[in-house]
Amino acid sequence: MSYRTPLYDHHTAHEARMIDFHGWEMPVHYSGILDEHQTVRTKAGIFDLSHMGEVDVSGPDAVAFLNKIICNNMNRLSYNGRIIYTGMLNEKGGFVDDLLIYRKEADSYMLVVNAANREDDLAWIEEHAKGFDVTIEDRSLQIGLIALQGPSSVEILKEALGHSFKDLYYYHFTEYEIHGKPMIVSRTGYTGEDGFEIYGGWGDIPAVWDAILEAGRHRGIKPIGLGARDTLRLESRYPLHGSDIDPDTTPLEAGLSWIVDFSKDDFIGKQALVDQRDNGVPRQLIGFVLCDKGVPRAGYNILCGNEVIGKVSSGTMSPSLQQGIGMGFVDPNKLDKKNLFLEIYDKPKKIDFQKGPFIRPRTYVKK
Amino acid sequence: MNFPETLRYTPSHEWIKVDGSKARVGITSFAQKELGDIVFVELPESGRDVKAEEACCVVESVKTASDIYSPVAGTITAINEDLDKQPELINEDCYGKGWIFEIELSDPSQVDQLLTAEVYSESYAT
Repeated sequence: MSYRTPLYDHHTAHEARMIDFHGWEMPVHYSGILDEHQTVRTKAGIFDLSHMGEVDVSGPDAVAFLNKIICNNMNRLSYNGRIIYTGMLNEKGGFVDDLLIYRKEADSYMLVVNAANREDDLAWIEEHAKGFDVTIEDRSLQIGLIALQGPSSVEILKEALGHSFKDLYYYHFTEYEIHGKPMIVSRTGYTGEDGFEIYGGWGDIPAVWDAILEAGRHRGIKPIGLGARDTLRLESRYPLHGSDIDPDTTPLEAGLSWIVDFSKDDFIGKQALVDQRDNGVPRQLIGFVLCDKGVPRAGYNILCGNEVIGKVSSGTMSPSLQQGIGMGFVDPNKLDKKNLFLEIYDKPKKIDFQKGPFIRPRTYVKK
Repeated sequence: MNFPETLRYTPSHEWIKVDGSKARVGITSFAQKELGDIVFVELPESGRDVKAEEACCVVESVKTASDIYSPVAGTITAINEDLDKQPELINEDCYGKGWIFEIELSDPSQVDQLLTAEVYSESYAT
């Protein structure tokens, strides 16, 4: 059984190359990954993300319940229209999933989860909701999602909808009627560029897709597949669940301690994280740039001198830098940042340790 | 897609163009399209002896790395060094400027075992 998004016919009409992505028939590329990547960095691209999961959690105990199952603090969602990035952890402190939480009302939230984990997430959420006065509703197959990303996004959306969202800051959203249908316009994304994500009814989303493509045509907008989505997120150093984070990886190991609030009374996985905080992590996610030619790939050995100290979790040829980039887990006790190599086809190739993202984010952050 | 009749093909999507005891090798238009944007080619060493169907170099696209197998046994006599700076030549002109290596055949009769354009396009390039 495979799922199709409401935009499936649009993709095949644009001659997209379709692949199976965790049970979804999704476009991997249209004009080519490199071209699509540069289009998002220089102009704008539109993505079909309708495979993502949306789960509504509401009720008098919504905040208490969510505070139990996420590692961030719900008090950071201090007003309606605010969004946080967070993790839902198991008892070992590993990621069941990473997700966004949207505050619609003080007692009403939308969780946006990875398509690949949707069913596991739902089972996890329902299992831990026992004893809380909350209502959980999986709306994943009722809500379509498209992303508009790139420096021209603001202008294109203004032209497409006749409304400017220039005052909507990064990690904020507004409920907005498009073509007479209720939708959510969110200043978020997974590319490092300015842009929006728009949630709407399954059947209502294709008209928005068409309107944005039409408005963006003279600005060079193109549809973008999952291939470029991966190179874009990797240049921005955003982790991908299933590659860089998973149920055996904690936020502290993945360099995501900023999403953990240790001051919270309790949450699932807290004890494991406290142990790691106090005693150190057994493995640590690092970023690197390949000095030589080649393409880092998941699974390649990372060496310090001659010794294998870890493995690549995500790697690619960076279209922006024209160099191989990647992330990988290493033993922090054996890490010498100035003496790192990647083993490619049995040969050691020098890599430079990279602190932070590979390209500067251009998101619309409130100063 | 285009599969010139003057070439022979392998099930693993290489083409070979024979000229006496020498031949030129590359990947087919089907292969380059499947791989997508090619960003790196790990070329073989000139002078290396290879067996038929031996992996001797790697073509990498953004998404994946793919071994290239020598269609025949022989000695590699030349490599296309332009691919070092312009790996995209394989996407743009896979039978011309995107050739990968040249080989001196140790047994030219091996070529007769390889696929014709007709068989390759009908049975493998789909």
